[in-house]
Amino acid sequence: MTATEIRMVDAIREAMRAELAADPSVVLLGEDVSVGGPFGATKGLQDEFGAARIRDTPISEAAVMGLAVGAAAAGLRPIVEIMFMDFATLALDQLVNHAAKLRYMSGGQLSIPLTVRMQAGASGAFGAHHSQSLEAWLAHVPGLKVVAASTPADAYGLLRAAIRDPDPVVVIEHRALYWGRGPVETGEAAIVPLASAVVRRPGIDATIVSWSRMTVTALAAADLLAAEGIQAEVIDLRGLQPMDTATVLASVRRTGRAVVAHEAVGFGGLGAEVAARIGEDAFDALRAPVERVAAPFTPVPAAPDLERAFVPDAAAIAAAVRRTLARPDPRRRSLEEGR
Amino acid sequence: MPSTVPSGALPAPQRLPQLRTMLRIRRFEEALIDLAQAHDVGHFHVYIGQEATGVPALALLEDGDVAYSTHRNHGHLLARGVDPNAMLAEILGRATGTNGGKGGTLHLASPAHGFPTTSASVGGPLPIAVGSAFAFRELGRDRVSVALFGDGALEEGAWHEAANIAALRQLPVVFLCENNSVGAVTQQAGDYPSSTLAVGTLADLARPFGIPAAVIDGSDSDAVHAAMSDALVRARSGDGPSFIEARTVRWPGNQGIWAELVTGRVQVHYGWDAATIPDPHRAWFAEHDPVVRAVREALAAGAGRDAIAAIDADATREMAAAVAFALASPWPDADEAFANLYADPRVNALATGRRAAK
Repeated sequence: MTATEIRMVDAIREAMRAELAADPSVVLLGEDVSVGGPFGATKGLQDEFGAARIRDTPISEAAVMGLAVGAAAAGLRPIVEIMFMDFATLALDQLVNHAAKLRYMSGGQLSIPLTVRMQAGASGAFGAHHSQSLEAWLAHVPGLKVVAASTPADAYGLLRAAIRDPDPVVVIEHRALYWGRGPVETGEAAIVPLASAVVRRPGIDATIVSWSRMTVTALAAADLLAAEGIQAEVIDLRGLQPMDTATVLASVRRTGRAVVAHEAVGFGGLGAEVAARIGEDAFDALRAPVERVAAPFTPVPAAPDLERAFVPDAAAIAAAVRRTLARPDPRRRSLEEGR
Repeated sequence: MPSTVPSGALPAPQRLPQLRTMLRIRRFEEALIDLAQAHDVGHFHVYIGQEATGVPALALLEDGDVAYSTHRNHGHLLARGVDPNAMLAEILGRATGTNGGKGGTLHLASPAHGFPTTSASVGGPLPIAVGSAFAFRELGRDRVSVALFGDGALEEGAWHEAANIAALRQLPVVFLCENNSVGAVTQQAGDYPSSTLAVGTLADLARPFGIPAAVIDGSDSDAVHAAMSDALVRARSGDGPSFIEARTVRWPGNQGIWAELVTGRVQVHYGWDAATIPDPHRAWFAEHDPVVRAVREALAAGAGRDAIAAIDADATREMAAAVAFALASPWPDADEAFANLYADPRVNALATGRRAAK
């Protein structure tokens, strides 16, 4: 099918439409989903699929997540919409102690085919309770899968894969990307495997690893660097758990330099995990320490100016790449010292 | 059709079979407490003192109905026919266990017997049970979901949220609260040694949601049978959820953090010769032990002492064999720890950094 330019929020809705149409056991549960939710991602689905399958729920994140776990155990394939990722905190017992562990604890006798969509990230001065990027928490839990798209096509393809997956998948959607347009093919061929990183822009001088909105920022940083003659390779991880580290390592082995950029705070963030994997498995290729670019270790401030300062920008990512390049090549240095 | 079972006393022909199940549960738990003296089984919780709740209640379920339980799940699984060999093996972490050793005592599960999972987060199973009831409704299946939980679960917010959704949607779910608090029968609000809840009667918590609620003596098989029959009729005829508070008097061996066989093993002849009950725990056996009570009731229904002694001897032998089976069972293969995290072994390998076993 030919690709049409649509917004990410529409791509998300189209993915749900496709799976709701293909599989009668798919149901959607969430607050205000009948009217589209706050950003229109579910708009029109109740008209098309009925109130039984597109269900408004009480403001009960814990019970709705548990409801979905019990429904999945009994034969449905629920999609739960958590309106803002910040409110996943209320559902963590169900997500972490139950959804993630039931296959394992049962010795493989139980499947929980559950998709949890969470809209996340800072933009629009929503403040500290509507802006967090908590992906590291969820990717830390064995049994959960976590993905985050940076393009409308991936939002479509990853969500369809998530709904079909036999395990619980958390799909993180960045609201700052919702209205951006991009080419989206529909149909089976457009489904994206959950643990598949992709090289968004090839380059030879340094590797930038990112996901979600930061991939868009990293591509802007690569533009800035290109004007200086620096060719940065940009990798979009897409899958955060499991993580396609092979694609990252292959790139770093070529470039010898790596920057990890994410919108979550740095301490204990997934950037540390990526940096550690590179250190463990591509140490000999490194010509500089792996740099991390992340949000400051604070809640997300509400004021627009402060929020802009909180979110890493292209200049910050470009500066980190330059730092890796400014570092004397350790092999050249040892040669000179030995002379 | 069980949906037409009238409420009322436990039918006489069921007394002896249900006594047998209760004795099997009791002998299982006694054997486990002994076993725990010499083997590492972690922190476990026994069902002693609550047999007359789980056995009559779960006997009313049909194939395809599900029940979600908590850390105190052994009696529930035995009541629905799960193999005690596999249960004890699971508790000892053996490969032959119900879940290959990866669940343990707190998470014994057997989806094939209607126990998809058992949860140690106390209130956690309540929303999940409601979710299965929701799925049954959506899928057009005439099935019921049961949440089995203790009084402590009502201290968690999950209860409030789950009850609300069950009532809003009139879902086919039964909330069976086994109130085994110390002094549950004579509880006062705020003076409640086990459960710190500012509510005098736990069943009152269901009423604002319009959920029919019953308070019963959980050691009275007839009362349990009647209340559960009514709840199941309601669920199966589309009339929504029910709440049952089954009060039992906590077994003295469950007073501490670790279960101890402080009362010694129950003897079936306590049921026909109360004078033989030894002293420090005479009151519990004579007045509160549901197994001794069920012995008395079976006698009154015409069962003979010999028949009761024979089923007890069978239960004791069965559990001794289960202990032997579990102890003789192999430990799980080390690679098993890395299996069944995700459905796809390749994903397991990627996420765990470990190749699949085979």
